[in-house]
Amino acid sequence: MPDYEAVIGLETHIQLNTQSKIFCACKADSWGAEPNTNICPVCTGLPGVLPTLNRQAVEKAILLASAMQAESIQPLSFFARKNYFYPDLPKGYQISQYDEPLARGGRFDLPLPSGECRRVTIHKLHLEEDAGKTVHAGGRRLIDFNRCGVPLVEMVTGPDLRSAEEAAFYLIRLRQLLRWLGISEADMERGHLRCDGNVSIRVPGETVLNPKTEIKNVNSIDALREAIAAEISRQIREVEAGRPIRPWTLEWDETTGTLRKMRSKETEADYRYFREPDLLPLRVDEAWKARVLAQLPELPLARRQRFVEQYGLPAYDAEILTEERSLSDYFESAVAAYGGEPKAVSNWMMNDVLRLLRERGLSAGDLKLRPADLAQIIQLVDKRQINAPTGKALLDMVEETGQRPADLVASEGLGQVADTGALRALAEAVLAESPDQVAAFRAGKATLIGWFVGQLMRKSGGKADPNLARQVLEALLHEPAG
Amino acid sequence: MNRGLCDLSAVEIAERVRQGDLRAVDVLDSALDRIRQVDGRPGTTTAGQALADDEITVHAFITLTPDRARQQAEAIDRQVAAGADPGPLAGVPLAVKDIFCVRGTRSTAGSRILEPFVSPYTATPVERLEAAGAVTVGKVNLDEFTFGSSNESTAFQPAPRNPWDPACVPGGSSGGSAAAVAAGEAVLSLGTDTAGSIRQPAAFCGVVGLKPTYGRVSRYGLIAFASSLDCPGPVARSVADAARMLQVCAGVDPRDATSARVPVPDYSQELARDVRGLRIGLSPDYFRLKYPDPASGVLAEQAIHPEVEAAVMRAAELLARQGAEIVEGVPMPNTHFGIPAYFVVSRVEAASNLHRYDGVKYGRRARGDLPDVQTLYRRTRGGAFGLQPKLRILMGMYVSAEQYEKDYYQRALQVRTMIRRDFEQVFDPAGDYRLNCLLTATTPTTAFEMNAVYGDSVLMQYADLLTVAADHAGIPGISVPAGLDARRRPIGIQLLGPDFSEGMVLRVAQAFEQATADDPWRLVRPKVLG
Repeated sequence: MPDYEAVIGLETHIQLNTQSKIFCACKADSWGAEPNTNICPVCTGLPGVLPTLNRQAVEKAILLASAMQAESIQPLSFFARKNYFYPDLPKGYQISQYDEPLARGGRFDLPLPSGECRRVTIHKLHLEEDAGKTVHAGGRRLIDFNRCGVPLVEMVTGPDLRSAEEAAFYLIRLRQLLRWLGISEADMERGHLRCDGNVSIRVPGETVLNPKTEIKNVNSIDALREAIAAEISRQIREVEAGRPIRPWTLEWDETTGTLRKMRSKETEADYRYFREPDLLPLRVDEAWKARVLAQLPELPLARRQRFVEQYGLPAYDAEILTEERSLSDYFESAVAAYGGEPKAVSNWMMNDVLRLLRERGLSAGDLKLRPADLAQIIQLVDKRQINAPTGKALLDMVEETGQRPADLVASEGLGQVADTGALRALAEAVLAESPDQVAAFRAGKATLIGWFVGQLMRKSGGKADPNLARQVLEALLHEPAG
Repeated sequence: MNRGLCDLSAVEIAERVRQGDLRAVDVLDSALDRIRQVDGRPGTTTAGQALADDEITVHAFITLTPDRARQQAEAIDRQVAAGADPGPLAGVPLAVKDIFCVRGTRSTAGSRILEPFVSPYTATPVERLEAAGAVTVGKVNLDEFTFGSSNESTAFQPAPRNPWDPACVPGGSSGGSAAAVAAGEAVLSLGTDTAGSIRQPAAFCGVVGLKPTYGRVSRYGLIAFASSLDCPGPVARSVADAARMLQVCAGVDPRDATSARVPVPDYSQELARDVRGLRIGLSPDYFRLKYPDPASGVLAEQAIHPEVEAAVMRAAELLARQGAEIVEGVPMPNTHFGIPAYFVVSRVEAASNLHRYDGVKYGRRARGDLPDVQTLYRRTRGGAFGLQPKLRILMGMYVSAEQYEKDYYQRALQVRTMIRRDFEQVFDPAGDYRLNCLLTATTPTTAFEMNAVYGDSVLMQYADLLTVAADHAGIPGISVPAGLDARRRPIGIQLLGPDFSEGMVLRVAQAFEQATADDPWRLVRPKVLG
């Protein structure tokens, strides 16, 4: 049995997080809304209505095009009508860009775990409106028009991905980028990011493209990975059995983990595209483009690389800290405020700040614990004014109270007890209460020192400097009895 | 029939209502009385057999809105009493072509498929007219979805008739508009022009019809036929009334992306100027028409009717006498492509625009056993669209199909550009002709009899031969009454100008109107007014 390689392209639909829909003033996001409550004459296609283009949607698409290294963001692009009948398509046509899209010729260099990069090409990127939702319930077909007119960007990759894993990596990176740019919530479960996969196989070394199948209805990255893997296996089995691959459209059933044939795709539908006469050509002049691109941030992979080079972080740290833009901003601000070793800030963030975020379901930008507060806490620990456990507890206290760490240390009396006299008194009390353990220690059970330190820490309310406490305890225990 | 308040001009009514000299409710009553006297039974989809009376009445209206109108009129009278100004159209009775959505009223487009549709919103031009004090008396009939030039294709029968001669059609598709205004059932009407649908019925009914520049008046709320051509505009009995109505409707609308951001001039100031020094062109291509012989399909050349031609030549002479310069022999070589190109462009857009009438959301839905959604579509559309929409959908689908669209649709768009270039060249201030406007006939003939042309949709379309080029080019055009033919049917002449030259076109039209103010035909009234 020869080896096969998979040839995969992904068609993604990205819901832009604009305030209003693409062609009317309804709210773009209807999550949680009752069916047909977020609609108006325009998005439900009443007789006589006209679309007006939401410029915010264009701006978000421009940011994405630029982040995908588009060769050209077209100064002039057009909307077209894609005509077809479907009950949840209220006008009987979808307004979409077609032959003259907003941007062409993008690429994304996808880092693979092997350290290599896979160049994923993007043929074109265009804007379009979403259709409504059809729900089949008890033999009836119910239609919710809330989603009609939600702005989407359609972006189709070339047949550049070579495994189900790579396809999943691409989606993970795309989701990261969309959130980073602030243009989409990119939540697959909520349909903000939708993906169809085109899959074919061939013998490695071949350059032909064999007939492909299209996989629809994958609602998570895991589902995409599993569905593509299943389809690759199926195609290999078919070819091995001497059967041809037919250009089917397949549907992924998440509950059973199987692919189902939706339809044969032997003949292409004719959508009778023509230019949308109700909208003017979309002109993106240099001034507008420059204004939009002034908001384009450093991109995640570039920042990850810089974190390694500039701050000397391990690749692992850099990856985690650049998973999300506000987290990476937070890190840089904390490093600047701290002034010391960036790796120390990274450690605190990777261990403790991320825990805090997870527990509280926040993102770094939402924290009351400011980067300067984190820097101050690390400094207090460095200067031994507080011990490390107190430092960690302080993170939560600052987050809850919004007060500055140094103020809390003062007002709550959290300062580390580093006064030998005070520690000696505490140590003497511990020894006096534990004659059996003292005897055992002195009889040679040296490991009990840890137990004594623990007792002292408890007595100090956790504020004792543990190293100093150990020294004082050892000194007392080694004093001759009497 | 006695003259009434409804026979006054819009300008006079508005000024007198504003001054408190006339009550809006009295003007309204006058219009409603006139409707009772001349309109006969309103159009319905269940008209049954034609009655003898049907042949002598106008049938302009599908829906009357007397209660809504009375509330508007009373509000205007209260405003005047309180010392407020209700606006430049205070108390003027308005008939709205039933292709515009008006909140709370049926908006049918003359089609069974929209018969039950009550709009939840109001079209921008209607909103502006009502805000200026116009009183909407009702919705007037039209060809189904505006697809026609005679009004005979409406699903709401009896179809409108020509007030000058009820044996004749009023023209179309704004036939209800032109007939209502001609018969004094309304003083103004809001129509639409896609190939000549304002100007042709205006000519047939002896009233003024203005198709503005594309984008001058918002299309929001106009039930679309061919979106790149559709143009709302005034139907009135005088040029000054049309100018005042345009003044109110015109201007950019944030709800219509294709509405123009060009400032709206004060048309009354334009009307105060004379025509001295204006260069007005006559084109042989508007006198001798190429058109297919209905039997053989062979393209034949045919002159416009001699009485119509004579009216145009007389207008040229009268304008020359007032100081305009007449330029003859202006070539408009692509004029005769206007109809074929229109056939293709308008049907592609129409087929797409009609997709939404699927029985799912509003309007009529087929009843009975509907096993699947395809059956719902087929039965709804098959049963509720009339012949014209069906023909246009079929042709539109054909010429936009992937394998044909290059040969038909793309080609038609190129032809459209050539037609526009004809106008650009003759209006070019640095060109050979430097015209301010073109003077032509509005229609090759006067109104034809009912059933004379209906059924031949190719020949029917040639009624728009002289008007459609302006729609392709997007330029403004006006039709003004220029006399009566030997059978006492009105003749219309047309003036066409460059983009946004409505003011100048109105000015020339008014100069002609004033020059013929004492013509004997001005005293003749439409037959239905006895």
